[in-house]
Amino acid sequence: MQAWLQVNGFDGLKDIIVAYSSLTIIYDPAIIKKIPSVQGPVFEWVKQKLSQAYYLSLPQEEDSHRIIRLPVCYEDEFGIDTAHVSASQQLSREDIVNIHTASTYRVYMIGFLPGFPYMATLDERLVLPRKPKPVPVIAGSVGIAGSQTGIYPFNSPGGWNIIGRTPIGLFHPDSHGSTLFRTGDRVQFYPISLKAFQEMEQQELVNIKYEE
Amino acid sequence: MRPGLQDTIQDMGRYGYGSRGINEGGAMDRYAAAAANMLVGNENGEAVLEIHFPGPHILFEQNTLISITGADFTPTLNDHALPMWQPIIIRKNTILHFPSLAHGARCYLAVHGGFDIDKWLNSYSTHLKAGAGGFHGRPIQKGDILHCRESTFYFAGMMKEGKDYLPLHWRAAYNKPYQLPHEISFVPGNEWDFLTDASKEAFTQSNFIIHPSSDRMGYQIKGEELQLKEHVELISTGVSFGTVQLLPNSQLVILMADHQTTGGYPRLGHIISAHLPKLAQLRPSDSFRFTAVDVATAESLLFSQVQEQAIIKRACMDHLNELICAQ
Repeated sequence: MQAWLQVNGFDGLKDIIVAYSSLTIIYDPAIIKKIPSVQGPVFEWVKQKLSQAYYLSLPQEEDSHRIIRLPVCYEDEFGIDTAHVSASQQLSREDIVNIHTASTYRVYMIGFLPGFPYMATLDERLVLPRKPKPVPVIAGSVGIAGSQTGIYPFNSPGGWNIIGRTPIGLFHPDSHGSTLFRTGDRVQFYPISLKAFQEMEQQELVNIKYEE
Repeated sequence: MRPGLQDTIQDMGRYGYGSRGINEGGAMDRYAAAAANMLVGNENGEAVLEIHFPGPHILFEQNTLISITGADFTPTLNDHALPMWQPIIIRKNTILHFPSLAHGARCYLAVHGGFDIDKWLNSYSTHLKAGAGGFHGRPIQKGDILHCRESTFYFAGMMKEGKDYLPLHWRAAYNKPYQLPHEISFVPGNEWDFLTDASKEAFTQSNFIIHPSSDRMGYQIKGEELQLKEHVELISTGVSFGTVQLLPNSQLVILMADHQTTGGYPRLGHIISAHLPKLAQLRPSDSFRFTAVDVATAESLLFSQVQEQAIIKRACMDHLNELICAQ
């Protein structure tokens, strides 16, 4: 639908937000009202447009064939909630790392903050609810909540259970607002030592290995 | 010279990047921000300085044409009270400051020709989280210099000896968008019907108060606890400026300019665009009520506001051009 709307757009369409199974558009009704074919509430016209998008758009090929392998340090100083996850799920720290790194995840959407990837599906054994209240989370923190796993691009309040941290930047405020991840990417995590983390952080290397 | 609580460069928002999680930001009170620009002959989307209270001390290093709109923080130039919602010629080497809060939550300062700011992703707005956009991605700090794009000062002939400022002879009518400040209209959202009947009634009949922890990301609202008919776990969906969500603690939050692009809490309703300016001027401990309206009404109120602004804009441009030609 997003692709269809980008080709068959209309004046007054300002932005599109893609989520798991929904698409939200932001529009300016005052601009749309000037379109000659608009009669009655602009809202109804926009609804029709979205219906068109829904019915006329064809399922896209996956917009990404990339597999991204991301280094994560799962040491205790970064995994602030690992103890909680361990107790709740009756798993050792080692188990948590093995399970988290065993799966290949799909990026379903980028949202909440610039570059934050929502990834699924987490192995059943790691499924637990998010925290009842958000706490301050450091940039790069890797978290799990429900069947999802994700990474916080910036220091921010966060409610997901943090089990590690990646030294790789997720968002670059360059002239394109580049995000490391794109919807459709496949992601695999691999564990690194604290030393390796510190080295990577210092080099500020975007050291991703990806395959087409 | 001296920074205020949070002064940032803003415009009408950054659109087109929602799918990367880059939220729109922009002025909290877009009506006032646009008016500030119109009064000095700028396009609506020029960069303005959004000022909170306590406000900054600003030294003008050159003669400038400015306007101040939005909240009344008693703008004062050296010792003189400045009028608001009116273009004013300011003499160089004077200091603008904001000694006291009369009412409102944020005011806007525009300069003729706009501030000289580079756009990031098509917008002048400051993205504090990403540290990009606006003035180096951050609030204004002590020692910062904001340059004006317009270097020609057209009004030198008008300045009077010994006077630090001169208001020009037109003003923007500004009462209408802020009338009935404690009545905030909304259209019901996707999850409105998840509320119990009793909670729906409480939503539209009781008073709600803005909590001190409110900020540009969202207004935390205190009021009667609201209940859903049954517990739901929603997956994240897109949200917008003005979306009213129900939090797990049964209280409400209204997403404001710096809101995140997506959220997983039930969307009970959306504040109508025409009422966002007056909502943006409510402060912590102000109380208000929600009134439900339908989409057609919401649109019609917005269109009136947009039309009025178009008229104000044309009038301001005409006045300004006349004046410049006469110089």
